[in-house]
Amino acid sequence: MSNTVSALQGKVTPGEVTIREAGLRGMIILRGDLSDKKLRKVSADVTGVKFPEQGQANCDGDKGLCWMSPDELLVLVPYEAAADAVAQIDAKLAGTHYLAENVSDARAVILVEGAFCREVIAKLAPVDLHPDSFKPGDFRRTRLGQVAAAFWMRDEDTFAVICFRSVAGYTFDVLAASAKAGAVGYL
Amino acid sequence: MLILHCPCCGVDADETDLHAGGQAHLKREGPGSSDDDFEDYLFMRENPKGVHFERWRHAYGCGKWFLAARCTHTLEVFGTYSAQTLEPPQEIKDKISAKRPGWSWGNVQ
Repeated sequence: MSNTVSALQGKVTPGEVTIREAGLRGMIILRGDLSDKKLRKVSADVTGVKFPEQGQANCDGDKGLCWMSPDELLVLVPYEAAADAVAQIDAKLAGTHYLAENVSDARAVILVEGAFCREVIAKLAPVDLHPDSFKPGDFRRTRLGQVAAAFWMRDEDTFAVICFRSVAGYTFDVLAASAKAGAVGYL
Repeated sequence: MLILHCPCCGVDADETDLHAGGQAHLKREGPGSSDDDFEDYLFMRENPKGVHFERWRHAYGCGKWFLAARCTHTLEVFGTYSAQTLEPPQEIKDKISAKRPGWSWGNVQ
């Protein structure tokens, strides 16, 4: 049996804003009718968090639900629990039009922690990250530098970034460079 | 820099988040159509200096298509709306009329 490893194996670049690869995380793409009661119930059941509003992420530790698009939800669970969670979703939604796929090994999660984490992200993404318009719990899919990524604020000092595993190295490096360059002092 | 409001996911997306999809409200001419209609569908496009309707895809965001009404001359955006429409909604037309009295675009006015 091979060992499962995350994209960057927990790489950390410490600093005023620390960039940290989060290690193995369970991620499930769930597509379907997000207004469907069964879908809302099973996704809340496997994660134990409330179903998110449009453009929001509800997270609690390793678990969470992120609103990706009008018909797509990202279900976050502990890495080992992902296969079980997919089975649970499959069992509940059988017969309806949906798709649930374990994408844990196709993605990477990177944490941006520190006082000016807003600016580290703001330098890379075309998103208004002013504290009045982007608050903890808000979720946004966009690009980071040259690659597609999604991020949300876990709290006032922490961003979680999700990107494809194949570009995890680039995403980590561009975040680390942005953090190393320091705060702009605008946000 | 062009910023469009995506009606599907509700965010203000920057041009670099989006992918342009050409003219909106094209009617597809399929098998059985006349050669002239098919040629129009394939090649003939509006190219206005002024009010224009376009398709855009929120490529880096929710991935959905939507339609936008904007001015090619001033880059002013009049509004964005669902791609599941055959012609611009009255609300968008009213907004344009308020700013560009007497405008027209193809058969739409």
